[in-house]
Amino acid sequence: MRSSRSRSGNWGDRLFGGASLGFALLILVLVAVLVGELAWNSRLALRAFGPAFLWSQNWDPVQELFGALPFIYGTLATSVVALLISIPLGLGTAIFLVELAPPRVSETISFLVELLAAIPSVIYGLVGLFVVVPWVRTAFCPSVSAALGWIPIFQASPYGVGIFTAGIILAVMIVPFITTVSREVLLMVPRSQREAALALGATHWEMVSTAILPYARSGIAGSIFLALARALGETMAVTMVIGNRPEIRASLFEPGYTMAAVLANEFSEATSDLHLHALIEIGLVLFVITIIVNGLARLLLLKLGRTTEGRS
Amino acid sequence: MSTPSEPVMPPRITPPAEEPRVEGAALAVEKLNAWFGSNHVVKDISISFPKHHVTALIGPSGCGKSTFIRCLNRMHEVVPGARVSGSVLLEGDNIYAEGVDPVRIRRRIGMVFQKPNPFPTMSIYDNVAAGLRLNGTNRVSVLDAAVEEGLHLAALWDEVKDKLRAPGTSLSGGQQQRLCIARALAVKPEILLMDEPCSALDPIATGKIEELIYQLRERYTVGIVTHNMQQAARVSSFTGFLLMGELVEFGATGKIFTNPKDSRTEAYITGRFG
Ligand SMILES: Nc1ncnc2c1ncn2[C@@H]1O[C@H](COP(=O)(O)OP(=O)(O)O)[C@@H](O)[C@H]1O
Ligand SMILES: [Mg+2]
Repeated sequence: MRSSRSRSGNWGDRLFGGASLGFALLILVLVAVLVGELAWNSRLALRAFGPAFLWSQNWDPVQELFGALPFIYGTLATSVVALLISIPLGLGTAIFLVELAPPRVSETISFLVELLAAIPSVIYGLVGLFVVVPWVRTAFCPSVSAALGWIPIFQASPYGVGIFTAGIILAVMIVPFITTVSREVLLMVPRSQREAALALGATHWEMVSTAILPYARSGIAGSIFLALARALGETMAVTMVIGNRPEIRASLFEPGYTMAAVLANEFSEATSDLHLHALIEIGLVLFVITIIVNGLARLLLLKLGRTTEGRS
Repeated sequence: MSTPSEPVMPPRITPPAEEPRVEGAALAVEKLNAWFGSNHVVKDISISFPKHHVTALIGPSGCGKSTFIRCLNRMHEVVPGARVSGSVLLEGDNIYAEGVDPVRIRRRIGMVFQKPNPFPTMSIYDNVAAGLRLNGTNRVSVLDAAVEEGLHLAALWDEVKDKLRAPGTSLSGGQQQRLCIARALAVKPEILLMDEPCSALDPIATGKIEELIYQLRERYTVGIVTHNMQQAARVSSFTGFLLMGELVEFGATGKIFTNPKDSRTEAYITGRFG
């Protein structure tokens, strides 16, 4: 009896284990195929420019000179601006929802924040174009550059479209990820941790900062990486407000370009095979950067998680 | 590092029969009532905690012991829907008087919980220093001294002095609970409340903590909740018996355990219910 049951249990285990392993391998194979396919289809550019593709600033389809640095810079700069805005905003909202808002208000706001994530990105692009771009051009950029213009990144610019504007739009688009995930994580902090801080004579805010945020930090970091991944790959809304100029300028108010945006804009009208291959190589670079960011995120989460869990 | 031969206090199953000497009450509770929503959990309890003594509260599970003791440092009200009436006099001043800041009360009345709850992201040192840092103490020399004293008082110093930077959660369950005691003592409270501090621990760890509680009475007034009667007998000089939210009987521990007045107390301590 017992042995037969355990044998059939083993069977099930083995089947299940085999299937999971199979799926895991399938995903690895998929990633490898993707990288391989991108590399193959960008071979002309890879051969023509070699690694210099990564740090060349030229992007000139007419002379067939291609370098990815302006796009890499644009993608990273817009994402950093977006994170700098959305982390305080998203985390602050999550703390407010969990700690301060009455349950009814909290439910309503959570719902609205989740709704933000469901809005198509082209709508964000339109709102950005009609609301944010004029506001940056006429109000925000002039006042910031008047005060902080001596810092190169805040130099004045007459356009309205640019890295900073794209960063603002991206920030609004990724706030829901930070807020929603952080809120879940904050809600999961056990009561015993809150009470430990309160019993030591912590005020409400001190309880949040000494007990709750540290306890939740790996989950919060996870929410930020989720948001970053979204920001790196976002295409449509950014394309509409960034100005699409493949140059690196000091000021964040100047137009720029991102990897996703140039792919979307130029892919269908690539003038030559080399142009096409250069665009696909940009896709490859974006893919690799995303994988690196995710890998770093895993490492960080692992490190944070280890100190968080320990023995209980 | 604990040595294997470290003595565990032999259980004093028969408590001293003579009446303990009392020099005033550290905490005097008058007609305390507590509710969760409409659930009336603590009913009209009046009791005082004599200075420099350990006072134990015993009673079956669910009788309101935790709720009662959490009223004493204004922790009850952090639960949504919870409510309190009555008064608790700390050195003569009602902690429930209008305008009293619960944060200040909790700094004077420390609390140790049922399950050890060190801050998992903090080192042993930082756990003990946490309360002081909340008070705005940041001088390293002051913190060092307070951390060492707290760990000494909690009888944990010898075991952790070489690894103060290790995470608090790397300790065993019993050590974690003593770490929580050290954390509570480092802010120099006047009173220490403990809610079943040993219920999650093995017998050896329990023995160490009981020994510690017994010694703490020299410097603090201690209130301890337990459903373990032997434990109450071993560590306390006064015992109160709670049943369904009411204080059935209160008196010297020796009396309660050898010669209770109320038949319900007798039934409980002889193990006939609960
Ligand atoms: N957070 C809470 N919310 C609502 N009711 C509670 C809560 N905690 C305890 N109670 C109720 O209060 C009563 C007393 O509980 P408690 O004080 O924890 O008892 P004890 O510590 O003696 O086991 C129980 O009936 C329990 O159901
Ligand atoms: Mg309890």
